Parts: sequence; C-alpha cells; structure tokens
Amino acid sequence: MKETTLAVTVVVPSLLAKVTGDQRELRVPVEDGATVSQVLDRLAAEYPVLERRVRNELGAVRRYVNLYVDGEDIRGLDGPATLIAPGQELLIIQSVAGG
Amino acid sequence: MATAGTTVLAIGTKKGLWLATSTDRVNWSLSEPHFLMNEIPSIGIDQRGGRTRLLVGARSEHWGPTVFHSDDLGGTWTEPENGAIRFAEEDGAALERIWQLYPDAEDRPGVVWAGCEPISVWKSTDGGEHFELNRSLWAHPDKDQWGAGYGGAAAHSVLPSPADENTVHVAMSTGGVYRSTDGGTSWTARNHGISAYFMPDPNPEVGQCVHKIARDPEVPTTLFAQNHHGVYRSDDNADTWVSIADGLPTDFGFAMLTHPRKSGTAWVIPIKADGERIPPDGRLAVHRTSDGGNSWTRLHTGLPDNEFNVVLRDAAAVDGSDPAGVYFGTRGGSVYASADEGEIFVEVASHLPDVLCVRAATTNDGGR
Repeated sequence: MKETTLAVTVVVPSLLAKVTGDQRELRVPVEDGATVSQVLDRLAAEYPVLERRVRNELGAVRRYVNLYVDGEDIRGLDGPATLIAPGQELLIIQSVAGG
Repeated sequence: MATAGTTVLAIGTKKGLWLATSTDRVNWSLSEPHFLMNEIPSIGIDQRGGRTRLLVGARSEHWGPTVFHSDDLGGTWTEPENGAIRFAEEDGAALERIWQLYPDAEDRPGVVWAGCEPISVWKSTDGGEHFELNRSLWAHPDKDQWGAGYGGAAAHSVLPSPADENTVHVAMSTGGVYRSTDGGTSWTARNHGISAYFMPDPNPEVGQCVHKIARDPEVPTTLFAQNHHGVYRSDDNADTWVSIADGLPTDFGFAMLTHPRKSGTAWVIPIKADGERIPPDGRLAVHRTSDGGNSWTRLHTGLPDNEFNVVLRDAAAVDGSDPAGVYFGTRGGSVYASADEGEIFVEVASHLPDVLCVRAATTNDGGR
C-alpha cells in the first residue's frame, strides 16, 4: 500500500504570508504521482485567497507568479502537470516585473 | 477617524490608495498609502443605510484583481474569501481588472454594480461582497465587434437609472453605449449620432469608443458622454446623441461629470487630441456647462500654469455636498479639489503615482 501521509513543502512568499495566517511553509500531503496542479488544488480548499493570488479562474498560474519544484521553474518542465513527490519543495515566488 | 461632516476623498493610483480628509474641503490631510503596489482603478463610496462603506477594486500585477471593502473608512479592510467577482468555469474567462464599482439608488439598498475587464457587467445585492455576472451582456451577439482601447477592453461605466429600476446604461471601450430596459435581461446598442471616425464606417451601430458617460440628476433620460473625440448629450434615454462640443477647446478627453442635483450642469476636462494627449497648450482646465452643453465656462483658478499630464476617465468625481465639490487627479500624481463647483481649486496632494480613480463623499456618521 502506498504511503499517503507523506507531504511536500510549499514555500509561500512573504508578500502572501498574510493570507496563510503568517505561515511561510505549508505541508501538503501527496501521493506518488501527484502533480503541482493537485498540490495547488489541495491548498485552495484550505487557503482560498492564496489560490486566487496564484491562479486565475481558468486555473492558470498567473503570468507574474513563478513556481519552482526543488528549484526548477515548472514552466521549463511540464507546467502545472509537473510531477512532485513527497519530500520535494514547491516554491511560490513573484517574478521580476513592474516599474 | 473622520467625524460627521468630514469629507473623504479616496484617491486610487497606480500603486495604492490614499484617503484625504477635510472638514472644509479646502484644507486636507492625507493618509498613508493603503494597498501599496496595488493599482486601484475603481472606488465606490456607499452611504446608504446610515453606513459609509468604501469599496475598492484593487489589482496586483503579480497576484491579480480583487474587491476589498471597509466600513470604518479604511481602518480595516475585508476581502471575501472566494472573491467578490469571479467568473465561473463555464464562462471561460478570468477577471483582469475592476473598472467600476457603482452603488445603486438610495431605495435599492445593497445593490452595487461593477464594470470589468474583460467586458462584463456584474450586480451585487449584498453591498458589494458578492457579484453575479450579467450573462445576457456577456453572451451578447455584438460581442465579436467589441474591441480593446489602449487601457483594455472593459465596461467602464454602469449607470442604473434612479427613476426606473429596469433601465441600466453601460458604456464600454470599444463598443459604445448599451442600454437595458428590462433589468439587464437584454441589451441594445445605443450609439446613434456618435462618431467613430477611426473606423471604416464612421457611423456604425457598434464600436464607438466612449470614454465616460454620466446621467443628469433631475432628468434621468438625459445623459452626457465624453468620447474618443466627441462630446455628446442625449435627451431620449440614449436613443440619439447630439454634439455639445461647440465652445470647448477640443472634443477629446476622458472624464465626464454631472452635478448631484442641478439639471444641465456637467464638467469635462479637455485633452488636446488623440495624437497629442496633453491639456490644450499645456494648461490644465476644467470646463463646466450649466445649460446642458450649449455653452461652456473655462475654470482654472488654483490649477498650475503648466501641466502636461492628463486626467483619466475615473480620476474625476463630484461629491454630494452643497455647493458640490469637484475633484480630479492627474497621471502626474497631483490631486485637486474645489469646494465651489470648480470656481477655485486647491491642491490636495502631489507626486503620487498616476491617479486612476477618485471618489468623494461627506460623512454623516463618523464613518460608522
């Protein structure tokens, strides 16, 4: 039987800590074969404001939000379908933009 | 905390919201910024039901758009967890920007309208905490003829008629003026007489670039429009429009204001031209009519001799006081207020980020 209590660590930027109760690291249970999208879905249930900050209504990651799995930008991998395994880190960070 | 009789001027900019307060509308105090690094393109001040509620449409370049409200004049802000304005999955769209938050008439408590980008109109019945998409306009057969102005494709004006709850006017850039007379069940373009010189057919049914519309306070079937070149009035509920640009230095501009009580009184802030977006001769002035646009008076006392920044469509407002206050802000971050309907202006703030929206009201409840 697969272990279902293992988790990934989601690292939240300081600019969004207010919407996670000032938590900068969130533990999200995942199974082997989970995707970034599924991790975000699970986060959305508990932190709906965080969800709206990171993804729009179409489920797309906002243009100036970057997601890294163990340091690799998911846009260079499989996007939201990128696999993420228990023990890995999902870093949410705003991109360099604005004037 | 503002006390009863305090005028609050909410200033939405490209990088945050400032609240200015005054007890005489001449001497102003400016708050620290709220929502720093969020653009604030829309503000509504809802004073119905003995409560002053500030509604703010905020947008972060990173984190997207959302609506906040405050019932204590900015002391605290609340954001509905699931968002006040959200497209449903079947709509196939994502909210880009909230361009308009408009509390309805006094006898329709709780009703607030929103105009958004992409072009859409929304209605709340709970004071702006949750909005429903008007799906009739969203699925309108003209939709493929609507376009995007430089600022984005948006419904930027939503004007419910205070005399008839079934009548609502909407203005969009580009698309023009639309009217519903059945409470939003159906919508019809109402642009006869308004030029669209930038199109192959300069007199189309649809596609006009209206920048702002405003409704006459005493005669709700009279409306005023500032267009992308063209200043107009309609006396028949927007069925037809006539030019009222004679007497103005130019027919280009963004803002259009009407008086809170006096029929036929309106203000515009002319800009030289589409291709030269500065105040005429670099001299900023407000122009006021008191006869429905038959004649105009240039008002500039207290305004700077040289100003090369424009005033955007929602960066101008009137309050409900007597005499009416007139307020506007420039893309250069200067904000001006007049306590006497535009005769004399004072500078409220300077060197703010680009001003996108201003709204003003005098509290009668100390902000509670």
